[in-house]
Amino acid sequence: MFFGIEWDTSSQWAFAVSIFPILLHGLVITLEATVVGFFIALALGLVLAALKSAPTRFIRWPAKLLTEFIRDTPLLIQLFFLFYVLPEFGLTLPAFLTGALALGVQYSAYTSEVYRGGLEAVASGQREAARALNLAPARTFTHIILPQAIPRIIPALGNYLVSIMKDVPVLGVVTVLEMLGVARIIGDRTGGYLIPLTMVGGIYLILTIIASLGVRYLDTHLPKRGLSLK
Amino acid sequence: MEWTSYLAPLAQGAWVTAQLTVYSTILGGLFAFAFGLGKLSHNPLLKGFSVAYIEIFRGTSLLVQLFWIYFALPILGQAIGLDLRFPPVAAGVAALALNIGAYGAEVVRGAVQAVPREQYEAATALNFTGRKRLWRITLPQAIPEMMPTFGNLAVQNLKDTALVSLISLGDMAFRAEQIRNFTQDSVTVYTLVLFMYFGMALVVTACMKLLERYVGRWRAAGR
Amino acid sequence: MNNATEIRDATESSDPIIKFDKVVKRFGDHVVLDELDFEVQRGEKVTIIGPSGSGKSTVLRVLMTLEPINDGVVYVGGEPLWHQRRGDELIPAGEPHLREMRSHMGMVFQQFNLFPHMTVLRNLTEAPVQVLGINKAEAKKRGMELLEMVGLTDQADKYPHQLSGGQQQRVGIARALAMRPKVMLFDEPTSALDPELVGEVLNVIRSLADEHDLTMLLVTHEMHFARQVSDRICFFDQGRIKEQGKPEDIFTAPKEERTKAFLKAVLDPDD
Repeated sequence: MFFGIEWDTSSQWAFAVSIFPILLHGLVITLEATVVGFFIALALGLVLAALKSAPTRFIRWPAKLLTEFIRDTPLLIQLFFLFYVLPEFGLTLPAFLTGALALGVQYSAYTSEVYRGGLEAVASGQREAARALNLAPARTFTHIILPQAIPRIIPALGNYLVSIMKDVPVLGVVTVLEMLGVARIIGDRTGGYLIPLTMVGGIYLILTIIASLGVRYLDTHLPKRGLSLK
Repeated sequence: MEWTSYLAPLAQGAWVTAQLTVYSTILGGLFAFAFGLGKLSHNPLLKGFSVAYIEIFRGTSLLVQLFWIYFALPILGQAIGLDLRFPPVAAGVAALALNIGAYGAEVVRGAVQAVPREQYEAATALNFTGRKRLWRITLPQAIPEMMPTFGNLAVQNLKDTALVSLISLGDMAFRAEQIRNFTQDSVTVYTLVLFMYFGMALVVTACMKLLERYVGRWRAAGR
Repeated sequence: MNNATEIRDATESSDPIIKFDKVVKRFGDHVVLDELDFEVQRGEKVTIIGPSGSGKSTVLRVLMTLEPINDGVVYVGGEPLWHQRRGDELIPAGEPHLREMRSHMGMVFQQFNLFPHMTVLRNLTEAPVQVLGINKAEAKKRGMELLEMVGLTDQADKYPHQLSGGQQQRVGIARALAMRPKVMLFDEPTSALDPELVGEVLNVIRSLADEHDLTMLLVTHEMHFARQVSDRICFFDQGRIKEQGKPEDIFTAPKEERTKAFLKAVLDPDD
């Protein structure tokens, strides 16, 4: 029994059917962690991107080094670090939030590059044209650069959303009951790992296929020449 | 406890991590070429198998794959009368290689398809066989294009090796967890390990850059 | 049976080396070659001219087996190119037959298409070694002879990107010749070149034109050059030969209105 749901081991088929709702409980946690982690990554990435384009190199270089450091070290270790180290500084977060924070930190390194790449891809001629028209810098950014950068940025961010979802199982090590952790517990208690683990794989496959279709749709349907912000 | 006393066990772990990274990256590279080219094959069986492999291993989580190979495969083996129990090292290398290979396969496919059609035509006009056209004309031009992404994948793979500690393989992450359990000195241990991974990532990146320069040396000639 | 072979051998020498028999090539709805009949004699130098989209390059690409045909039969040396004989029937050719037929032809491309990852000399030796099985030393010797012919012996160890366009195209010609083809196909060999580099490439082609047993098929916009080197000029329009004849006839006294208009447009573009 798990999440108040009994499993039925009379046959393999009955077992699979009976644990499906249990796995769905785990799936909900997985999706929640994905979304929360993604939004943290979006926000932290924006901060990193801003620091990396700071006017002074005393901010730019450390920010670049930090991005590189985050990107080159494993999520698992970052997660352990946050999980064990934050409480020593008096900050005790629930395991779920620590996990989501770790995902957010790891992926902020990637999202910050997406922002930068998207902005830099807008042709420099556009900036020059705006300057020639005597547009104020702020107005140039919001009305000229952003509308052209966003259609490039969104599909790339979408791909990282899918990656985050695939990394959520790592959070199991700090007792977050996401889908894979749930499947393992079922396996531990019944000795039948094959069915729950295969089902988790299948559910992941379906989710990522749907998600990548969504990303492809965004990629082809966002106007590459610029988005109207009105 | 002095932090320097952590270094010996961590170095042992680092050696395991390095070996895992090297083996699984090389094996993953083989998978990448086999299935990336398989996806471009005209043989529907080979193509279908390659597409299925790529989709399954890119579409599911590495940890799911690792657990499946380590925990579920032996049960499947029992059911069909085969001994599919693997030691953690084999399961770890297999899962890492299969996972990174699927991502690499898409890189191989993309780079091969990006070789200009004119090169294919020139090789045909000189009467190369399909196989020689691939090995002597297409791949030597495609491989330098793959290298920057392969470099990223190799670092990704190094990071992913940390997950094999979860099937109790004594890599760097595993040793760190042991030391933390023993000393409760989490700040020092994890800071140390983060920097060790970072250092190893820099080495991997440098090696891949050298390899990139080597396979693309014709591009730099005279420049 | 013996008799039949003898007859074929006898006719081969007098028969055209290239023969298009009602050849049709379509790209979607667009008809590129419209029941084309076309012959080239052994050793003949033929230039194809015509407006873009008239099917000129397609003739060469069909001969090089880069584009399959939709209907009709192409013969090279009396053998069907895109078909093979089964008894009295012609069936679509398999790869072994195509490879056999390809060995008669060499092609020079508009964009050179040299192999960028190989040195100049290696560009010339790779196919002879890998395809013909010639040993490396011999292939190198032959490669250097060809480089001497195109005046590039000092560039043997450079890579294509280190050469000018004109030099690259001369290597392209040498590379095709290294396979000892009977027919050389030139697909707009100077169109991608800066004007000052055209001459050096034309000079190489001109020296080839003096070889009696080499058949040459040339698509070009260099009308003066075509007039000098060709035995025959074919004016292509809408997938067919609109008019053909000796260079002096075509260039000085074209019969067809389309030919006149085309020649006027390319020869006096300022009017």
